[in-house]
Amino acid sequence: MSPLGKLKKVWAKSLLSSNISQLRWPESETHNPSIKSASLLTARFPLSGRTLSLFTTDKSGAKRPRRLSSSPIAIAGNPAIAMGFIRWKPFVAACAVLLLASFPLALQAQTDCLSCHGDVTMQDAAGHNVGVDGNTFHSSVHSDLGCSACHSSITAYPHPDHPQAVKCVSCHADEAAALVGSVHEHSGDQPCTTCHGTAHAILPKDNPKSAVYPLNIPATCGKCHGDAAMARQHHLANVYPQYMDSIHGYAVSQEGLLVAANCASCHGSHHVLSHTNPKSPTYKTSIPDTCGKCHAGIRTQYVAGVHGTALASGNLNAPSCTDCHTAHTIGQPTMAQSTPMCGSCHQAQLSTYRDTFHSQVSNLGSYVEVARCSDCHGQHEILPASDPRSPVNPANLVKTCGRCHQGANAGFVKYSPHANPHNRHISPLLYYIRLFMVLLITGVMTFFLLHSLLWLIRSLIEKAHGGSVKGEK
Amino acid sequence: MPDQTIPVGESKLPDQVAPASRNAEELHPVRYFIRFTLLQRYMHAIMFTTFLGLAATGLTIRFSTNAWAQHFAFAIGGFGTILFLHKFCAVILSLEFLYHLQNIAVRILVRKEKGLLWGPDSMVPNLKDLKDIIGNFRWFFGRGPKPKLERYAYWEKFDYWSVFWGMIIIGLSGYVMWFGPFFGKFLPGWALNAVQIVHGEEALLAATFIFSIHFINAHLRPDNFPMDTTIFTGTQTEEEFKERHPEEYERLMAQGRLEQQVTTKPPTWLMNFSKVTGFTAVLIGVLLLVLSVSAYFRE
Repeated sequence: MSPLGKLKKVWAKSLLSSNISQLRWPESETHNPSIKSASLLTARFPLSGRTLSLFTTDKSGAKRPRRLSSSPIAIAGNPAIAMGFIRWKPFVAACAVLLLASFPLALQAQTDCLSCHGDVTMQDAAGHNVGVDGNTFHSSVHSDLGCSACHSSITAYPHPDHPQAVKCVSCHADEAAALVGSVHEHSGDQPCTTCHGTAHAILPKDNPKSAVYPLNIPATCGKCHGDAAMARQHHLANVYPQYMDSIHGYAVSQEGLLVAANCASCHGSHHVLSHTNPKSPTYKTSIPDTCGKCHAGIRTQYVAGVHGTALASGNLNAPSCTDCHTAHTIGQPTMAQSTPMCGSCHQAQLSTYRDTFHSQVSNLGSYVEVARCSDCHGQHEILPASDPRSPVNPANLVKTCGRCHQGANAGFVKYSPHANPHNRHISPLLYYIRLFMVLLITGVMTFFLLHSLLWLIRSLIEKAHGGSVKGEK
Repeated sequence: MPDQTIPVGESKLPDQVAPASRNAEELHPVRYFIRFTLLQRYMHAIMFTTFLGLAATGLTIRFSTNAWAQHFAFAIGGFGTILFLHKFCAVILSLEFLYHLQNIAVRILVRKEKGLLWGPDSMVPNLKDLKDIIGNFRWFFGRGPKPKLERYAYWEKFDYWSVFWGMIIIGLSGYVMWFGPFFGKFLPGWALNAVQIVHGEEALLAATFIFSIHFINAHLRPDNFPMDTTIFTGTQTEEEFKERHPEEYERLMAQGRLEQQVTTKPPTWLMNFSKVTGFTAVLIGVLLLVLSVSAYFRE
């Protein structure tokens, strides 16, 4: 709590002769207060020494709570309060005190409302719950505000028949403006409380119990985005389970790591835009910067590589971070799944890789080190083979291949890891070698299968006729 | 593998003086003849054992995208084990092949066995094999008598030479892959690519040929069904001899050498062992054949 806030609390306690906010009416008197010990329910002004009853007697003689407002004008317009100050202070002091007094008076005003609404089961004529738990509200971020700060249309008792809806925008103008145009703009009657929680229990976002505390954000968003039916209705991927199983979700939910990416880290909070919107941080061209907010080193490598430069030049077919790592699952494409991942674009290269020993080893489990795409081509800073810095540049091949193949030499690296024996134009020699082998298999097998089949038929014929093959000569 | 140093077998006939016995076999004893020497039988045993090991591991690598290959690799300890077993079997088979070459060389150059390279007992194809092929096809279609075969039928010679050829091709290409950086110093780049194609396809041919044609010709055809144990016991009965190699039988009889080939009946344990071993090998081979052929046509 800020020093000013502490001061306000101390001031409030010293101002009030009793801790009125904690008072609870006896059940029988909740709606018909006829208080005998009214002396307890007074506020004492320390400067003047005068006391002020918190109840007034109406024309019928029944006691009812005095209506007090936190607004300076209302205070000035209330003779009972104004008299408490005017007695013996100079004008400047009075002004200063008036400003500070607005806070304890706000508490005082809450007390008034809570005297009725403190019953958490209280319902209005339409059956809506209008009860407020005073304890919860007083620990909320809005505890210093009077009820009418939000419920501005309710200034007197009896209340208006149709009080205006609470508008968070009257204070939170920036957040409300950010919400306009976002995917959540029309997401419900109360877009604020859907995420921030019950209106009277909203906590500061650095409070670990807050619904928008970094560690709680996934669960808050998951209330809707972990709902399969809701995802179907809005044609969204049901991303919450994927996120929670990811390395980001694990870090947040299991390790409690504040710096790990939660939903808002990538999508923003109030101005969430669709990934198809070019202004969105999750739009394809923005993703490297979004991920790069944390993964700065990888981003630097990525933007220098072919994928990064292609994307920067406007080629939307070039992969950004999420095309290889996926957005919510955050795969680790260093393992076996990296080859189909790269192959989804580089189909011809995947096909030729599939024919090699590298691929066969890879398919049979990762018990041994084996060359997959990234082992030769690099990961984030992939460069064309013509680039002297590329690991697959002819000048670097001995070193690159030599990482696995001890004794690799200039002759050895002439091996073509993407040769295509199925293509007569690319690798004619290998094509004809393979063709010869296929014809050899086909020829030999055809001849001998025919040989065996005819033999079988003849044997069966002779057995049927002569009784025994062995008798035939 | 031909071997002319056929040891003189037990020529003493079983005792026929058994008046109390009503056993037909004892009254008209079945005579057994030596066909393969102990060395040849051991050579075949080592070869088919390592061949099964090479095929099981090699076909797993060749068809590595198939679930059965991945499960098999996982079950025996992953790719490291697969490749170790493949190389282990390869080295043993290579040594056996080198020993066979040495054996042949000694017999040709030192012992001057002329019959090894030509003649009725040779593995080298000759004009009679061509006549036998044509004659056999005529017989298949009912256009002539069944040809009378010599010691080695033409399909047996094909078995031998295809294995001989396969050993050289598959073996050499395998060692080039194994010691790539070393061979890279002499071979052109394309050769390093070619060895993988040649190794894989030639091995596929060898496996499919052995597991189908060789099994059919040697064991599964009606005459031999369900199992010809000659290569395991080294012996064949007189009836089998006359039926399978009539030309050789008549030749030996004419030369008066037939009695030299007579031996005792193989012991029961060896007969049973031969059947169990043979069936096991056939079952493993047929399983690998089915898996490989189905995988090949799904590629």
